[in-house]
Amino acid sequence: MAPTPEWLRIRRGADAEARDAALWSKCPVCGEVLYRRDLAANLYVCTKCGHHFRMGAYDRISTIVDGDFTEVGADVAPGDPLGWSDKKSYPAKLASDREKSGLSEAVVCGFGQIGGRDVALGVMDFNFRGGTMGTVVGERITLLFEEARKRAVPALLFTASGGARMEEGMLALMQMAKTTAAVARFMEGGNPYIVVLTDPTTGGVSASFAFQADVIVAEPKAMIGFAGRRVIEQTVRQKLPDQFQTAEFLLEKGAIDMVVDRHELKATLSRLLEYMTRRAS
Amino acid sequence: MNPIVDREKGLLELEKRISELRSVNASQPVDMSPEIAALEAKYQQILQEVFGSLTPWMKVHMARHPARPTSLDYLGALDRFDELHGDRQFRDDPSIVGGFGLLYGRPVMAIGEQRGRDTKENVQRNFGMPAPEGYRKVERLAHLASRLGLPIVTFVDTKGADPGITSEEHAQSEAIASCLRAFSSARVPIVATVIGEGGSGGALALAIADRVIMLEHSTYSVASPDACAAILWSDAGKAEEAASRLKLTAQDLERLGVIDEIVPEPLGGAHRDSASVVARVLSTIDAAVTRLAALSPERLLEERYRKYREIGSWPA
Repeated sequence: MAPTPEWLRIRRGADAEARDAALWSKCPVCGEVLYRRDLAANLYVCTKCGHHFRMGAYDRISTIVDGDFTEVGADVAPGDPLGWSDKKSYPAKLASDREKSGLSEAVVCGFGQIGGRDVALGVMDFNFRGGTMGTVVGERITLLFEEARKRAVPALLFTASGGARMEEGMLALMQMAKTTAAVARFMEGGNPYIVVLTDPTTGGVSASFAFQADVIVAEPKAMIGFAGRRVIEQTVRQKLPDQFQTAEFLLEKGAIDMVVDRHELKATLSRLLEYMTRRAS
Repeated sequence: MNPIVDREKGLLELEKRISELRSVNASQPVDMSPEIAALEAKYQQILQEVFGSLTPWMKVHMARHPARPTSLDYLGALDRFDELHGDRQFRDDPSIVGGFGLLYGRPVMAIGEQRGRDTKENVQRNFGMPAPEGYRKVERLAHLASRLGLPIVTFVDTKGADPGITSEEHAQSEAIASCLRAFSSARVPIVATVIGEGGSGGALALAIADRVIMLEHSTYSVASPDACAAILWSDAGKAEEAASRLKLTAQDLERLGVIDEIVPEPLGGAHRDSASVVARVLSTIDAAVTRLAALSPERLLEERYRKYREIGSWPA
């Protein structure tokens, strides 16, 4: 595996690698016990059965960009617009997710290069509030598309989301409108947009910017859909087949372009960017 | 069932009593006017007590009231309405009704989500929950309107997009995402009115607009309270609690800057005087369309972009 780039080392803290080395994870599919270090070296793919683990945003970025990555919108921080509180207050939930994930919010956005080409990159992280979209996620993605439009570089998003964030109510739903507007402007300017749907991508995120891309890639077995499985099962009152709402199922139904193994992902994205980068005519 | 309907049953008794007394009074020499007046005063008092201030959860039930005017009541009250059907790919979705219409003489594209007014119609219209075909019809009509320069007028009334198996197979997410894009980019004025329940992305698909209007007792929410409770607490029974936290009333949403304008309803709800509510909504829409029609498409798009850019964001 390539050495950890400097920006990531700073982000994760100096002791992160030592911490990782001592941890292990159990594959939820085949039950294999894997050392975290080996898992990371294999791009968080089970060395035994090929199951794709969910990836943290910074881990993902480090495996996708060539070297440097400059964040945009990192200083956009969440408020508590509804004054939400249930078992815990919303600010307390955010604080505990910050602690748990090491992230300031559910998406990391910025600029880097892939295969030597500039790209605007946004990566969602399921570890922060289930990757849900509230005002910060919406604002960061909007900023990314606005800046990408100015620089005329392609956009690439990795989605992982349970949908709109309940604790921000309608302001969360409005982020679907806001990001759509930014994506539409970006694309109308002739700029290409690629999305990689990762496990899981649902609700307000799948029904907005995720399915607005020119090319839609998905990771193997990723769960992708509008409604969650539980909601559908309650509605239709029957058990759903295992394959339902997987990336492979969506490919068969014509909803996505390709399913790509994580080991092939960077090479595939590089080729797509090569085809899609605008040429002077 | 619907607690609003339950409360109305008590009032119905009183209504019956009043009308009985009225007919007796007309055929008898004894003047019973004071009794009638007293009963009417009592009726108004109860009406005020029961409906004068509705909790968010009661508003959810008001928005779902079986007698509440639906999209077809508004479309039917246009000077003219000619329905267009189908997504050109698979099916015509009866939970979406759309077509050409004349609003105060002005040609418009009018589109609404249509729930059933009784059980049979609800089954036929899938309880007003559109399938992907429905949203593709909406998208088609929005593109057509944009090309022809027709203002788009929408009526939002859905618990949410259909969450069924075929809807997933037909890419519900993509259908809604494309609708959002079509509305975001349409080069014509868009005025959306939430007339009943506005649930989630399935409602927003018809509601990216230059002006968003809500009826006084309609609701508009990131997810229906039932779904929100199920998502957050795995307990749909906590819907009432969710309703109070979600800030889904027209009054809350006006404060949050999510909607632009509220159209008042008679005490007891829109269905108590449907015709005048429908007329008031149409004239409010017309006023908005008239103002927006004066703007160039570029200006319209720029203002629409800024409007959504600024909702829920902070000073830089």
